[in-house]
Amino acid sequence: MKYSYYPGCTLKNKAKDLDAYARASALALGFELEEIENWQCCGGVYPLGSDEIATKLSSVRALAEAKAKGQDLVTLCSACHHVIKRVNDDMKNVDDIRFRANNYLKLDTPYAGETNVVHFLELLRDTIGFDELKKRVVKPLTGKKIGAYYGCLLLRPSGILAFDDPENPKIMEDFIRALGATPVIYPYRNECCGGYISLKEKDMAKNMCDKITESASGFGADMLITACPLCMYNLNKSASKDIPVYYFTELLAEALGLKEEA
Amino acid sequence: MQRIGVFVCHCGSNIAATVDVKKVVEVIAAEPGVVHAEDYQYMCSEAGQEKIAIAVKEKKLTGIVVCSCSPRMHEATFRKAAERAGINPYMVEIANIREHVSWIHKDITEATEKAVILARAAVAKVNLNTPLTPGESRVTKRALVIGGGIAGIQTALDIADAGYEVDIVEKTPSIGGRMSQIDKTFPTLDCSACILTPKMVEAAAHEKITIYTYSEVEKVSGFVGDFTVDIRKKARYVDADKCTGCGACQEKCPSKKTPSEFNRALNTRTAIYTPFAQAIPNVPVIDTEACIKFKTGKCGLCQKICAAGAVDYTQKDEIVTEKYGAIVVATGFDTISLDKYDEYAYNQSPDVITSLELERVMNAAGPTHGHLERLSDGKAPKEIVFIQCVGSRCSDDRGKPYCSKICCMYTAKHAMLIRDKYPDVNVTVFYIDVRTPGKNFDEFYRRAVEQYGVNYVKGQVGKVIPQPNGKLLVQGSDLLDNKQILKEADMVVLATAIEPNKDVRKIATMLTASIDTNNFLTEAHAKLRPVESPTAGIFLSGVVQGPKDIPETVSQAGAAAVKVVGLLAKDKLLTNPCTAKADELLCNGCSSCANVCPYGAISYEDTLVNDHGIRETRRIAIVNSALCQGCGACTVACPSGAMDLQGFSNRQILSEVDAICR
Repeated sequence: MKYSYYPGCTLKNKAKDLDAYARASALALGFELEEIENWQCCGGVYPLGSDEIATKLSSVRALAEAKAKGQDLVTLCSACHHVIKRVNDDMKNVDDIRFRANNYLKLDTPYAGETNVVHFLELLRDTIGFDELKKRVVKPLTGKKIGAYYGCLLLRPSGILAFDDPENPKIMEDFIRALGATPVIYPYRNECCGGYISLKEKDMAKNMCDKITESASGFGADMLITACPLCMYNLNKSASKDIPVYYFTELLAEALGLKEEA
Repeated sequence: MQRIGVFVCHCGSNIAATVDVKKVVEVIAAEPGVVHAEDYQYMCSEAGQEKIAIAVKEKKLTGIVVCSCSPRMHEATFRKAAERAGINPYMVEIANIREHVSWIHKDITEATEKAVILARAAVAKVNLNTPLTPGESRVTKRALVIGGGIAGIQTALDIADAGYEVDIVEKTPSIGGRMSQIDKTFPTLDCSACILTPKMVEAAAHEKITIYTYSEVEKVSGFVGDFTVDIRKKARYVDADKCTGCGACQEKCPSKKTPSEFNRALNTRTAIYTPFAQAIPNVPVIDTEACIKFKTGKCGLCQKICAAGAVDYTQKDEIVTEKYGAIVVATGFDTISLDKYDEYAYNQSPDVITSLELERVMNAAGPTHGHLERLSDGKAPKEIVFIQCVGSRCSDDRGKPYCSKICCMYTAKHAMLIRDKYPDVNVTVFYIDVRTPGKNFDEFYRRAVEQYGVNYVKGQVGKVIPQPNGKLLVQGSDLLDNKQILKEADMVVLATAIEPNKDVRKIATMLTASIDTNNFLTEAHAKLRPVESPTAGIFLSGVVQGPKDIPETVSQAGAAAVKVVGLLAKDKLLTNPCTAKADELLCNGCSSCANVCPYGAISYEDTLVNDHGIRETRRIAIVNSALCQGCGACTVACPSGAMDLQGFSNRQILSEVDAICR
């Protein structure tokens, strides 16, 4: 099974691990991620201005390319997923944005939100299935107590992202169980890490990350997993507590016995 | 041709501000058949009705058109006025130029034009009207009350005291309802059981009241004055005539792990059980899903232990069919599911509970024997946070748009009771608004604040965060102080929105009673007929109509009873003469009409007809006018146009359409 794949800028430098382990695992699980050609940065932040079109166009190009191939568009980075999924929703449901974006792009066929945007975790859950994933695991991570850190971008706004219950999500916990490890449920797993505020107000980001890491280790987590390079940065750089944070794809590759190869 | 009078109402400025009433009079006066037209400020007033009477006399009117409000409002008024003036009431037609015109249009020219068109259509119809005479139907002098909570009990008692037979059908094993779960009542703080149980006993002992507990209404047919109802008496597996209520079976039952419905699943009950000690009847039931005997065939301990020999595993459900003149719906409420409110950690922490659960915790017969304690570790709490409006006044689809009305008062009650009994416990209440209208209600709330030192914080809670040390961190906002609050608490109590009982939709469908988007039953008129359903013979009692507290429920229950008594006191009811009738010369007896009739009112008879000199016996549709509700389904289904609705004949309707399209 082939999917269009949008890696995003961060996965090409700071977060190379997130990308490499995902590609290796995907191949082992029997689906191919085809990086779309000439993709451009998603912008990193979904533009809230209702008249802002230019910053949405890179997402629309990627979506239209996947549509042309007749493939779903797979994402990995939480921020890219968030931006592209919301822009896709605009293209489907907001007449004004669809009209103006198509005017700018002059595509061969106008784009109207036809592509499915699928996060890698959703692919694991809905296409492969966690029961099947469990069977493919060759090196179960038995004994590891892992806290899933969702952050905010994957979950909200829940109506559009439709990823999981925003207040009590479970997809990453189910993922952890499938790898043979024990999920640690802690109440701050869906709270914001501070995002870009760490550039401007370090104390605030520290405060936010400390809450997350202290809550997670207080409930017994030995490590955290995330899908977001920015969350990774903040939890590593802003939090006082030193708790290991991994991309979820790294643990996936490890459990599938691919870590060394990748 | 009729001699028609048209009366155009101003409705104060309701109509006259948007419709040029003088112009309507002027135009309509030229219509064929119209011999009189006038306008007046309030046609429904005595002076207005007098104008109609005078015109009937002076102009020798045979038909009347009133251009006014909706016929739902005043058709009956004007029909009575016509009758007093000596005209058959069915010679009156209403042109609704208020709801259909003035209230929904702004432009006077357009509105006036539409008012004229509607008036013209009504005139065209009256030209074809014929006098109709209502028939009569009998009234079964017995009432059915669905639901045995305080609303149903009070309605039943009031009807029975007036001398009529009443049956109460209650789904659970005992009457008593939500009020039996409540510990104390506001604003007097008297014990709920102490005022409820005497009423339960009174209802059970009343010679005019029959109580069917552990029973459900299964089928309803008929109409006002003459309903036929099937009641399913679920098998209790305990013979109520033999059982002495000793309780030995419940002590010995080895299946003890079913969550107790009565204690809101805070503790467990046995498979054979009475929901609570003061249950009426004091006869247990066997929950077959939990019973070892029913599941595996082994056990049978309760039967062995029962000295009275009352346990009978072979009992079967029983259907009781009974006739009623009136039906009261008093099915009450439940709290909403909190599955969509995970930010409050209700499903994550046993120390986050609903207010109804707190009632059980505070109750001496509850799971903690009345001790205020954390359900996680049994420790006495020192800090309690109450969160109001959980799911009420909610703008998204997670909760309810309405105010649940009772929460502000019961939260003040809980806060006060806790501060009174445990003065070392701090109590904080997060609220959007404190709404305490009601006699002695605001005084009650102020006592909680001023005398008992309850800390009220205006603001909502965003998240309840369980801590590794077992405490709960409450993250909220204080809007008056404009700051974020992080408060550590031992217990959090959620004032959870209430909603109508889940079964109400099914019941409303059986009764053809209308229901609103929140599953509350609709009143016949929001202000003037608040305890009646628009469906004749169906009455509303308690929270099934809208959120209300105990005093309001009892008042409404009494009001519903009065309406029922008013109906049962009549020996005969006039039936609607606008029923269907088949033209025997056109009918070919095809059964199309009988197949669509929802009331089973149509049958067929071999009838001797004289078809232009040809005498022969044909199979002809016969409508039972007592059963026919005048819905018109048969007139549409009839392929030969034989079926017609009296008062709404095809010719009349088409003449209205012609008048509109002219």
